[in-house]
Amino acid sequence: MSFYNEYLTYKDFNFDAFFEKVTDNQVRSIINKDKLNILDFLALLSPTAEKHLEEMAQKAHRLTVQHFGKTILLYTPIYVSNYCTNQCLYCGFNATNKIPRKQLIIDEVEAEAKAIAATGLKHILLLTGEAKKIASVDYIQTCVEVLKKYFTSIGIEIYALEQEEYARLIKAGVDLLTIYQETYNEELYDAIHIKGPKKDYRFRLDAPERACKASMRSVNIGALLGLDEWRREAFFTGLHANYLQNHYADTEISVSLPRMRSHEGDFQPRCIVSDKNMVQMMLALRLFMPRAGITISTRETARFRDNIIRLGVTKMSAGSSTIVGGHTQQKKSTGQFDISDERNVQQMREAILQLGYQPVFKDWQTL
Amino acid sequence: MQDTLKIGEKELDSRLFVGTGKYSSDTLIPEIIKKSGAQVITVALRRIDFESQTDNILNHIPKEVQLLPNTSGARNAQEAIRIARLARAAGCGNWIKIEVISDNKYLLPDGYETIKATEVLAAEGFVVLPYISPDLMVAKKLVEAGAAAVMPLGAPIGTNRGLKTKELIRILIDEIPLPIIVDAGIGKPSDACEAMEMGAAACLLNTAIASANDPVMMAEAFGKAVSAGRSAYLAGLGTTHEYAQASSPLTGFLNE
Repeated sequence: MSFYNEYLTYKDFNFDAFFEKVTDNQVRSIINKDKLNILDFLALLSPTAEKHLEEMAQKAHRLTVQHFGKTILLYTPIYVSNYCTNQCLYCGFNATNKIPRKQLIIDEVEAEAKAIAATGLKHILLLTGEAKKIASVDYIQTCVEVLKKYFTSIGIEIYALEQEEYARLIKAGVDLLTIYQETYNEELYDAIHIKGPKKDYRFRLDAPERACKASMRSVNIGALLGLDEWRREAFFTGLHANYLQNHYADTEISVSLPRMRSHEGDFQPRCIVSDKNMVQMMLALRLFMPRAGITISTRETARFRDNIIRLGVTKMSAGSSTIVGGHTQQKKSTGQFDISDERNVQQMREAILQLGYQPVFKDWQTL
Repeated sequence: MQDTLKIGEKELDSRLFVGTGKYSSDTLIPEIIKKSGAQVITVALRRIDFESQTDNILNHIPKEVQLLPNTSGARNAQEAIRIARLARAAGCGNWIKIEVISDNKYLLPDGYETIKATEVLAAEGFVVLPYISPDLMVAKKLVEAGAAAVMPLGAPIGTNRGLKTKELIRILIDEIPLPIIVDAGIGKPSDACEAMEMGAAACLLNTAIASANDPVMMAEAFGKAVSAGRSAYLAGLGTTHEYAQASSPLTGFLNE
């Protein structure tokens, strides 16, 4: 069983022809439905649905308050290694980029963890590049054991693993996997991943499912928005999330909407995703999957983040640095990408309270 | 007339239990408790930030209110048991609401795992309140396992749909010798009132209060509804009739 089969069903779907036929009445009736099917979801991603964003927003707001309350869960990434053997055109850690490489030793991981924990955060997301011989599964496991002393929820955003490796890290204390397909477009994927283990589309695509099989508590997926036409990417992301939730009911499935940011290297996005497009995507997702978490990172600006709090987002990063050792090291290396919202955790907490929402620092307890 | 609800060793005057999730701020909680009159409050262990100076939810719960930690996030009996033990070790007392959910789509509870966790925790001295779908056989096994009450859902959690499982809850009220506390799905004060009129021992709710425009006022409304429903139950509801009662009954001649 694999999501790939489902992907193939829609791979050659004529999206433009479908979008052309979507009517205003159809969009209105979909907004009023209790349960949306996959083509309803696609209709909400259509150019026609752009005219109905306010109605979609009202419904998305109601559903989010009903299922998640007026709360925003906060977390931050911890970058422990930027060694990488991949050549992904859109990424600052690309092996051909001449940037200083660094991997924290365990004492440095602990110092970094302490500095982050002092901000009150309890949810941490551990990140590395893809250099399995250097930032090995053993190394990551050791990092997790240290992080456990300071945080109650530990996520990983690392290279794709085998099911047994996920099981091992879950046993060590990991409860969340974040892994982005980057693009669901198989040909484009091949073209922009020049070299390295990440070039294997299927191995990457099936990674979230392997984590579900290993009984990961939460799995967060997404596409890097800007690589391909966003309506298609949003559709395949929703299709993938729905597939995982239907097959692995005991894993919480959530979706991130990462929009491309400037980074080391000169790759330009193929598609510019506007704020309006981002909002449409988020609202369509919320109406399609009322219980799915939606994550927005500090890639987005403070103004944009403040405005979308009432639209369906449930989780946000705060006080982020994409630099290895960014919270403690004096000598700064190059980050994976540039962040936009530079508010620290306290400022973020205040901003959320100001908007009438509760900033949540803890929503899991390592067992 | 003295009408108290006894759970474990505790005598409660109020039959409304409230939750702590989904509020825009935990500072609302003391007001919610005051206006609703609730004496029991449930809180997810996963959400308690014991180390935080500013965001520890327990700081907002008055001492006289009975804490009912819950095992939200548990996917099987083993996880529920671990969460319950962590809660007790952290000083949250020995009451525990068992919530075992392995279905993230509908959030329906897993009866089999709930029974297993109840058996273990009751034997360890916990006052166990298990959350279940209203299934008579599951409820009977929970009685044997040592539960202190049984908490059937009125509708899937967080849906505000009301007493959709009314007929099944009625059977539990008739057959189970433990307090039946309707938990989840109650959307309106009238739903809570109806559950109490049927003979439910209490109602537990969160979303209906937390998602109201004015949660404090809604908490007060629920307090009154639960109390009215209970009084109606104790007073004994008159029977309802399909037709008006004839003033000259068919058998009137027998008395002539």
